[in-house]
Amino acid sequence: MSENKYLLEVCDLKQHFNIPTGLFGSKKLKAVDGVSFAIKEGETLGLVGESGCGKTTVGRSILHLYEPTAGEVYYDGQLIKGKKAVNEMRKKVQMVFQDPYSSLDPRMTVADIVGEPLDIHKLCKTKAERDARIAELLKIVGLNSEHATRYAHEFSGGQRQRIGIARALAVNPKCIICDEPVSALDVSIQAQIINMFEELQEKLGLTYLFIAHDLLVVKHISDRIAVMYLGHIVEMGPANEIYNHPTHPYSISLLSAVPIPDPDYAKNHKRIVLEGDVPSPLNMPSGCPFRTRCPRATEQCAQEMPPLAEVAPDHVCACWNL
Amino acid sequence: MSNNSMPKKNPLSFQLDLSKWEKASAAEKEQQIVERESVTFFKDGMRRLWKNKVAITCAFLLIFIIVAVIVIPMVYPYTYSQQLGVAQKGQVPDSSYNGLKPMEYGATEQARIAAGEKIFPHLLGTDDLGRDYFIRVVYGTRISLSVGLFASIIVLIIGTLYGSISGYFGGKIDLIMMRIVDIIYSLPDMLMVILFSVVFQQTLAPLIEGTFFEKLGTGMISIFLVFALLYWVSMARLIRGQILSIKQQEFILTAKALGAKPARIIRKHLLPNCISVMVISTALQIPNAIFTESFLSFLGLGVSIPMPSLGSLASENLSYIYSDVYRLLVPALTICVIVLSLNLFGDGLRDAFDPKQKK
Ligand SMILES: Nc1ncnc2c1ncn2[C@@H]1O[C@H](COP(=O)(O)OP(=O)(O)O)[C@@H](O)[C@H]1O
Ligand code: SF4
Ligand SMILES: [Mg+2]
Repeated sequence: MSENKYLLEVCDLKQHFNIPTGLFGSKKLKAVDGVSFAIKEGETLGLVGESGCGKTTVGRSILHLYEPTAGEVYYDGQLIKGKKAVNEMRKKVQMVFQDPYSSLDPRMTVADIVGEPLDIHKLCKTKAERDARIAELLKIVGLNSEHATRYAHEFSGGQRQRIGIARALAVNPKCIICDEPVSALDVSIQAQIINMFEELQEKLGLTYLFIAHDLLVVKHISDRIAVMYLGHIVEMGPANEIYNHPTHPYSISLLSAVPIPDPDYAKNHKRIVLEGDVPSPLNMPSGCPFRTRCPRATEQCAQEMPPLAEVAPDHVCACWNL
Repeated sequence: MSNNSMPKKNPLSFQLDLSKWEKASAAEKEQQIVERESVTFFKDGMRRLWKNKVAITCAFLLIFIIVAVIVIPMVYPYTYSQQLGVAQKGQVPDSSYNGLKPMEYGATEQARIAAGEKIFPHLLGTDDLGRDYFIRVVYGTRISLSVGLFASIIVLIIGTLYGSISGYFGGKIDLIMMRIVDIIYSLPDMLMVILFSVVFQQTLAPLIEGTFFEKLGTGMISIFLVFALLYWVSMARLIRGQILSIKQQEFILTAKALGAKPARIIRKHLLPNCISVMVISTALQIPNAIFTESFLSFLGLGVSIPMPSLGSLASENLSYIYSDVYRLLVPALTICVIVLSLNLFGDGLRDAFDPKQKK
C-alpha cells in the first residue's frame, strides 16, 4: 500500500437535475455543485451532512449512475470517461445502498443476488465454482451458506445489509462507496455492521467512501471527514481534527448536536441550535450556501462564495470569517 | 428440578424461584429456533388461490370444458361439417335429416334402428343443413377458446414489449410511445374492429391462398390482426406503469452499479417483478377476446363457414328463438359460462398474486 497514491479522485463534480415546472418549463436543481476530494488507497473518507445535502448523489455520480453534469472522476489515476471505462470501474468500485429492503430484488434468492455480479462480469466458469464463491462470500459477511436458497424477505434488516455487502464484495472491488449503510438499522445492529466494515477493510485492504448523517458513526470509522452542506463540501480534514477542532460554523453546530457521553463535560458544552431550515437546492442562496443560517454571516458572505482554504495541515475549510 | 448450585427455596416464601432462571441447555436452545420453511412467492400465492373457493370452482369448470372440447370430437361419431343427409358425394341430401329435434333420427337411420342396429343419438338434434348440432357446439367452443387464448397471447407479447420499452427508457421515448397508445385508445374500438374485419377479409383472401393460413380462414386471421392492432394498448399501459414503479426501486440502481446492461435489467429484474400482473391481465383478457370473437362471428365477420364458433352458432339460430329456443340458448349459455368463469378465475388470480391491485 503506497502511502501517497490516490485511488479515487473527484474533481469539481457537478450534478444538476432538471426539475420540470409546469408544462414546458424546467428548473435546475443543483444537488451537487462542485465537489472535489481524493481518497488514498486503504483510507476511509467519511462524508457527512444533513439529509438532502447531496451525499447520495455524490456517491451515485462517482459510479456514473447519473451522468455527471460536469467534473471528472479518476480511478487509480485513470479518467473515467465513456461506457467502457465506466464498466471497468464498476468492477473496482462498488456501492452498498442505504435501504436494505428495496435494494434487494424480492424475486431473487440470496444466491442469485450475491451471484449477480459474478454472472454480469462472467467471473465464474462453472456452476460449482459459482456456488463455492457464493458460499465463500456469505461466510465473509457472517451468513450461512444454507441461507443461499432463501428469498431476501425472509431476513432481518441487518442480515439483508450483509447480503448487500456480500454482493458488493463479489467482484473483488478495491473501493466501496457505503451510502448510509447503517442508518436504516437498529442501533444494536449498527455496531455489528460497522465493525464488520472495519474487519473487511483490514482483511481485504478496502478503501471506503463512507456516507452518513451521524457524525459519531463517521468519526469511529473514518480517517478523514468531509462535511457537506447544500451540494458543497464546506470543511474537510483528519477525523480527529474535525471532531475536536471544527472550524466551519456549520461543522461546529453539527458537532454541538452530537450527544456527549460525559455529563460533566456536557454541562459546560453549549448546544448551538441552527435557526431555519435548509434552503431548497432549487433556490440556492447567493455567495456562501450556509449564509441563511450562519451566526457569523456578513455582507461579504452574500456576495462571494468562500473557497476551500487550508486552516491547518491537510485541513481545509470554506468560510470568510474564521 | 433440583440443582446443587441453587439455594433451596422455602415453599411459602415470595422469593423468586431461582431454578427458573437457570441458563438454558444446548438442547433447550435448539428447541427455541423455529425454522420456517422457505416460502417462495409462488407457493404463497397458490395457497391464497386455493383458499378462494369461487376461483377454484371456476378453474375446475374451465379444465372440464377444455378437456371436453379436446376429447369429445375424437370419440364422437359425427363431425362438425358432415351433412348427415348426404350418404355419398353428389347425392341429393335427404331432407329428413334437416332440423331434427334432440334425440330424433333421420329416415335411413330409423330404418337401420328397425333392423336392429344401434345408432348414436343426436344429442341436440341437427341444424338446417343436417349437421349434428351437439358436435358443432363442442367444436365452436373449441374455436372460441383457442381464439381467446391466442389473441390474448398476441396481446400479451405486443403489450409487454411495447410497455416495457416505453417504461424502461422513459423520457421522450415514453412520451411519444404513450401518445400513440392514447390515440389508439381513443378510437371507438367496436367500430374499428368491424372496419378492420371487413377490410382484412377483402384484402387477405388473395394473400393467403394456398398457405396454412387459408385453412384458418380470413375471418379468424382478421380477428387476430384486430387484436394485434388494437387490443394491446391496455396491456401496454399496465406493464409500463408496473415497470415505472419497479424502476424506482433501488435494486434496479444496484444492478446498474454492478454493470448490468439494460437487456439484463429488463429480463432479470423488471419482467420477473411484473409477471404476476402479466398473467393476471392475460387471464382477464381471454374472456374479452372470446366475447369480441363471438360478437364478430354473430355479425358474420368472424370464423368462416363451415367452421362454427359460439357466436356464429348463436347468430345462425337466432330465428329459432320462438320455436326451438335451445338452439340459441346452448351456445349463448356456453359463452356466458366460459366468460364468467374466466373472469372469476382471473379475479382470484389477481387477489392471490397481486394483493395490492385488489379492488
Ligand atoms: N434523480 C433525481 N432527480 C431529481 N432530484 C434529485 C434526484 N436525486 C436526488 N435529487 C435531489 O437532490 C438533492 C440531494 O439528494 P441526496 O443526494 O439524496 O441527499 P442525501 O443523500 O444527502 O440525503 C435532494 O434535494 C433531492 O431531492
Ligand atoms: S462564509 Fe460567511 S455565511 Fe458562510 S459559513 Fe462563513 S461566515 Fe458563515
Ligand atoms: Mg442519501
